[in-house]
Amino acid sequence: MKNFLLKTSCFLLIWSAVSVSTASAAQLFVSVKNITHSIYFTPLLITAHSSETHLFRLGESASPELRAMAEGGDISGLSGLAGGADADTVENPAEGLLAPGASVTDIFIDTDQTGNTLLSLVAMLLPTNDGFVGLDSLELPETPGIYTFYLNGYDAGTEANDELITGGGAPGVPGIPAAPGGDAGMDGTGVSSSDANTKVHIHRGNLGDGDPSGGSSDLDFSIHRWLNPVAEVIIEIL
Amino acid sequence: MRIKIFEINLTTTAIMLIVLSLFGCSDSSSSRSAYLISVTNLTNNQPLSPPAFILHEKEYAAWQIGTSASAGLEELAESGDPGPFLAEAADNMHVLATSQGSSVIGPGNSENVEIEIKRNSDTHLSFVSMLVNTNDAMAGLLDASIGSLGRNESITLYGRSYDAGTEVNSETAESVPGPAAGGEGFNPERNDTGFVAAHSGVVTAADGLQASALDESHRWQNPVVRLTVTRTK
Repeated sequence: MKNFLLKTSCFLLIWSAVSVSTASAAQLFVSVKNITHSIYFTPLLITAHSSETHLFRLGESASPELRAMAEGGDISGLSGLAGGADADTVENPAEGLLAPGASVTDIFIDTDQTGNTLLSLVAMLLPTNDGFVGLDSLELPETPGIYTFYLNGYDAGTEANDELITGGGAPGVPGIPAAPGGDAGMDGTGVSSSDANTKVHIHRGNLGDGDPSGGSSDLDFSIHRWLNPVAEVIIEIL
Repeated sequence: MRIKIFEINLTTTAIMLIVLSLFGCSDSSSSRSAYLISVTNLTNNQPLSPPAFILHEKEYAAWQIGTSASAGLEELAESGDPGPFLAEAADNMHVLATSQGSSVIGPGNSENVEIEIKRNSDTHLSFVSMLVNTNDAMAGLLDASIGSLGRNESITLYGRSYDAGTEVNSETAESVPGPAAGGEGFNPERNDTGFVAAHSGVVTAADGLQASALDESHRWQNPVVRLTVTRTK
């Protein structure tokens, strides 16, 4: 009898653990706010996924798909990794750039068909060489309610932060694609020739300088810097 | 007679083993807990000195913002040597265990340590390591509660940068011990604010501090380290 009770309690423990991890289908609204002073977000990719998928991993080398997003804002490769746009993967909800101080709200994610329990988000930071805002595999809360998270700026570690506006956005092409605020300079000599940390890491921020037509950087040191966090994400679990 | 005693002992042992195995599901590890801690350097160009890990009860504080650093913490923050700081911790009655990382952790790299303690629901983790291309900056995590972690559960934590407040942030080649400069490490003279604070970052020569031995690659933003803690026992 004692033996039976003990075995039963073992079984119940295992059963409850399994049931917690599978009772996960959810519907939720996601809102994203760019809380920086003067940095733009390129089109966002937001996806619920399983533990098999990662858009990026801190401390690991960037995938080619992550590199394309971080250097040029191209989310097509990463979206493909997440199975493409569907009920729980949303591409470009802001329909273009998300400006400093701007929000995109009520992005609907439905995991009823997939049972996916992890949420990730990425967008390139402009103007940077390979900076991005990211959320990696947030475990979606199971209790209905409103949850707020703050996200950091990351460096993909794939391109030198030369801080030169060249239009270069393709993977492997140096330079920054654009400064959407129209507030950058030109003719800089280049800030950095390589990254010391070639894995995904916390972005050290732009350096910039005070010379709009020369100096080392095309960026402005009183406009294009930031301090973490860079984004506010609000998740409403229905 | 001797044989009979032997048989009884065998039987007793067998019963004991059965009882132990019955309780094995939920109870055998209740007296000890072990934690696997993985730390990752998230900076671009600030190697981390061999880190200090301290498991403790909530009454212990490795440091406090606004209060002067201990002598051991000063030495760690200025030279990267965790020995004196860990010796101070080991003398504290609220410290459960300490551990020292084996080597410098370069940017993007990770190191694992495993620490075992007597089970204690009031277990907290503090972590500290020097950002070596600075005068006295530390990557730190203060007082993270890990006592409620179940077996095989993990928690991910992030550590920020602190200024020990014991050495002025001149950034000169003579005063920064890391590979960017190769200058002096520990100096018992205190010539800064005298209290621990959140770090304001480095200026560097790239941003106009001409005497600085640092360049823009040595700048950082918080967080500077990630710690993943898994209770393995």
